[in-house]
Amino acid sequence: MSEREIVLTVNGVEHRVRVEPRRTLVDTLRETIGLTGTHVGCEHGVCGACTVLLDGEPVRACLMFAVQAEGKAIRTVEGLATGDTLHPMQQAFMDHHALQCGFCTPGFLMLAVGVLERQPDITDDEIVDMLSSNLCRCTGYVNIIKAVRAVAAQGRVA
Amino acid sequence: MKPAPFVHHVPRSLDEAVEMLARVAEDDGRILAGGQTLVPTMALRLARPSHLVDINTIPELTRIEVADGALVVGACVRHAAFHRPVEPGPLGALLATVVRHIAHLPIRTRGTMCGSLANADPASEWCLVAETLGAMLELRSVRGTRTIAADAFNLGYLETALAPDEMLAFVRLPLLPATTRFGFEEVSRRAGDYAQAMALAVCEIEGGVMRAVRLGLGAVEGKPRRLAEAEALLEGARPEPDLFRRAGAVASGLAEPVEADEEVAVYKRHLAGVVVERALLRAASIATDGSSHEIIRGVP
Repeated sequence: MSEREIVLTVNGVEHRVRVEPRRTLVDTLRETIGLTGTHVGCEHGVCGACTVLLDGEPVRACLMFAVQAEGKAIRTVEGLATGDTLHPMQQAFMDHHALQCGFCTPGFLMLAVGVLERQPDITDDEIVDMLSSNLCRCTGYVNIIKAVRAVAAQGRVA
Repeated sequence: MKPAPFVHHVPRSLDEAVEMLARVAEDDGRILAGGQTLVPTMALRLARPSHLVDINTIPELTRIEVADGALVVGACVRHAAFHRPVEPGPLGALLATVVRHIAHLPIRTRGTMCGSLANADPASEWCLVAETLGAMLELRSVRGTRTIAADAFNLGYLETALAPDEMLAFVRLPLLPATTRFGFEEVSRRAGDYAQAMALAVCEIEGGVMRAVRLGLGAVEGKPRRLAEAEALLEGARPEPDLFRRAGAVASGLAEPVEADEEVAVYKRHLAGVVVERALLRAASIATDGSSHEIIRGVP
């Protein structure tokens, strides 16, 4: 099938790529651009492992096509740290043991960062509701909630 | 788990979209809006549309405004737009309450109200709202525009009155009088999961009695419906827990679950009564007790 040339802006860097329209955003990020920090889990929108920020909002990168992301600001887990300094959310995940196998972690990080940037006054109950959108098969939810609550309490993301 | 190939069409206006759709409709051309149902269906190869008319870049379809006594919502307005009231009256509050039950946040940032209506899943919250409030749907094609009531549009279990070359462009939800009260109740197995049963109660209370009662039941039958017999029981009556329990019993009796398994059907009929009773308690501002998990444990 015919490929289309598009420009994707990922973490502030423009990438000119050729993709088929059926290529999902997550496959394009990983396979075409080589940014493998975003993980592929269920590929039908249930697990949240592929969550990225699109113009600041968390979306499932497996549920949209790369051609739909042209002109949008895409942010992935690779864009969180500044040099060797982890993003406050990454540091909190380490401090609170919020990752075990780490497969779900990029999705959880982008979800939490995206929501806290827009809603710094989020309540504890809202955090639990928000995090229910992603799955952790190690079932490490308690520590993930702790980490996100700690960041929210210190207002370090907004 | 990769979608089959398709041709991606990007119209710049609504007119251009229906022209493109008309050209590809016979070749299984489809509208792509939020894609939160269509794209996973394509990933599972349950759908293999050869053409997608992507309406996400059409500015006029992001329209959301009050006009002529109704809230007009364009085909590209995302669920997330309703997180905060979109209008100051009871309708805005009602939509902000219901939207929290639709899937999860990252789905709500992409999925659309009109997409849910056009998909016509029996467990769709927006389909229940449209049915209960008597929403009007504006369908567009190169043949023209027609406006159809939600009840006539939704043919049950993923079927609608849409012709292959037609798209749902706008939905009009009637504004509610300022004194309107509402209650919404849903039971689902997990946060964000599909509803097992849900009910929406809308009424006014004047002189101590209920007026203009609308009671909708969703996720139990093939499509949501108003429960006329229960509405008649409530109309003009005093809002009291015992009456709401009887209205719930009426709902259980009326419900005809689309379940092959008789045990599941019995459970769904039970849930129909539970959600109706609780939606009415909420509408009347009478506190409800317990969570949906307690309801599940309480199954007879």
